[in-house]
Amino acid sequence: MRLALRLLPGLWLALLVAAPLLLVGIIALSWQDESVPPYSPPWAGQGLNPANLRLLLEDPYYRDALLQSLTVAAGTAALCLLLAAPMGIAIARAGRWRGMLLGAVLLPFWTGFLIRIGAWIGLLRDEGWINTLLAGLGLTDGPIPLLYTDGAMLIGMVHAYLPFAVLPVFAAATRLDPMLEQAAADLGATPGRAFLTVTLPQLLPALAAAFLLVFIPAAGEYVIPELLGPPDATLVGRVLFQEFFQNRDWPVAGALAVALLLLLIGPIILFQRLGRAA
Amino acid sequence: MTPRLSLRGVSRRFGSVAALDHVSLDVPPGEFLALLGGSGSGKSTLLRVVAGFEAPDAGAVELDGADLLALPPHRRPVNMMFQSYALFPHMSVAANIAYGLKREGRPRAEIARRLEEAVAMLGLAGLESRRPHALSGGQRQRVALARALVKRPRLLLLDEPLGALDANLRERTGFELRAIQRESGAAFIMVTHDQAEALALADRVAVMDRGRLVQVAPPREVYDRPATRFVAEFLGAANILPGTRRPDGALDCPGAGCTIRAADPLPEGAEAIALRPERIRIGARPGENSATGTVEEAAFRGESSLLLIRLSGGALLRVSHAEEDGVPPPRGSRVRVNWDAASVVPLLG
Repeated sequence: MRLALRLLPGLWLALLVAAPLLLVGIIALSWQDESVPPYSPPWAGQGLNPANLRLLLEDPYYRDALLQSLTVAAGTAALCLLLAAPMGIAIARAGRWRGMLLGAVLLPFWTGFLIRIGAWIGLLRDEGWINTLLAGLGLTDGPIPLLYTDGAMLIGMVHAYLPFAVLPVFAAATRLDPMLEQAAADLGATPGRAFLTVTLPQLLPALAAAFLLVFIPAAGEYVIPELLGPPDATLVGRVLFQEFFQNRDWPVAGALAVALLLLLIGPIILFQRLGRAA
Repeated sequence: MTPRLSLRGVSRRFGSVAALDHVSLDVPPGEFLALLGGSGSGKSTLLRVVAGFEAPDAGAVELDGADLLALPPHRRPVNMMFQSYALFPHMSVAANIAYGLKREGRPRAEIARRLEEAVAMLGLAGLESRRPHALSGGQRQRVALARALVKRPRLLLLDEPLGALDANLRERTGFELRAIQRESGAAFIMVTHDQAEALALADRVAVMDRGRLVQVAPPREVYDRPATRFVAEFLGAANILPGTRRPDGALDCPGAGCTIRAADPLPEGAEAIALRPERIRIGARPGENSATGTVEEAAFRGESSLLLIRLSGGALLRVSHAEEDGVPPPRGSRVRVNWDAASVVPLLG
């Protein structure tokens, strides 16, 4: 019984993480085929197929998709951090309002994700609230294109991922000793100087963790760019979808998934290190 | 001479509780003052008012004659050693100590020199590059002290500076603190709840109770002549005998079963007296200041024995019997005790 309990996490990981990953890896090295599923594995006679991974390196289309995804993820993470740092610190210091404010940050999690994206579409589209209001005030002649832009995509991404960034900052800020800022003031530091020299350095691991906690999942995001972003944006999520479902080229899609994972291994390891340090 | 620190009618209320109730106090330059009181007596609030972390509702606070209350904490020429030490965990010992000098914008060479002096003064050599978590409790205490002293404050506030140390270290560190205070020439105000610490280290002891200063006096006087019943009880060990004041200034004490007379007639309003255990003698004496009782317990304490004597009126008297006065009376024996009028301390309130 005890042995079974000890094996359970391993079994879980093997079944739900290692096996699918292995499968994707195998598909990435397979050959496209007119069959169900639409590939023939390396052991079906043709051997390993290195062409899929090589294609990613040679065809700028895939390279750009990966690069664009990482850029969008970095932008999202940076914006989230910019908002989350003051939010997390302020909530940690809000005294009896703390619970309520934290609830407000988490509240969106309890509503449907697609409904929230739908709400943004309602706000941003040409006949949406914002354009109607601007036109009504006589500030614009016609609708400004807001929806299906990089801006709309970033707004949606930041909106969806912000809680992930607020929570680590909040958690670290609650652990800070309030006496330290007083000690800094006592030694002659202005409030701003005390924040920069005492509070901020202690929050750095949490800020880095917050950045990565947004960056890692945001790099593979598919739904938000698809619904809010420009139609010509070639992010890796969209390219994956096209390869899988439109081109039915599972091996190239598999190779792309593997490439994204490899690119994110560095940040993931960094995140775990930070977690251990904190 | 202008006092280093001067408090005039300082009050601070938290809701319905008066943490400070019209506190007035002068601290001359170079004095080591202990603020003694229980938890909630207001002693820490007083310290925080002087440091600038708490604003009083009323009253004036002056340092060398200049108003302190108008200045924010970071501009007050006063430094504080926090009870938890509040060392910066992400900085080395050297960076912690140099922090205040850097904020003053001192030249690098001067910072280095003063850092070295502080490190030497507090015996921290070799620990400069360590982080606070890699230090022992005693070392942390020294770093906190060095960090405050390196600024050469005119007034140093210490919040339970020995509170986090174990008993062995407390006595030694206490003496060191005293020596450092003399050497630095700064006025020290130390908050403590430990009467022995206050009596041992301070030039004057200020006893606080529910936001008021009840007695400010040199340690010997506070010990020998506590002003109020609270002070006598807080300093401990003294016998407190309540009674009724007679018109001639003596005290009828039913608990002792006798009349007690002090050297001077008891002041109006005195309803109890204090009597130190070591001032009571075994032996008969006619008249006042003499009582009879039974020895209930006797505890040998090395240089003396502590006797618990149940007096005929029902009060339990602690009597210290010196070894040089011979063998103490055994348990259960009936004894007479007496004391000098000069040993009787009238208590108010």
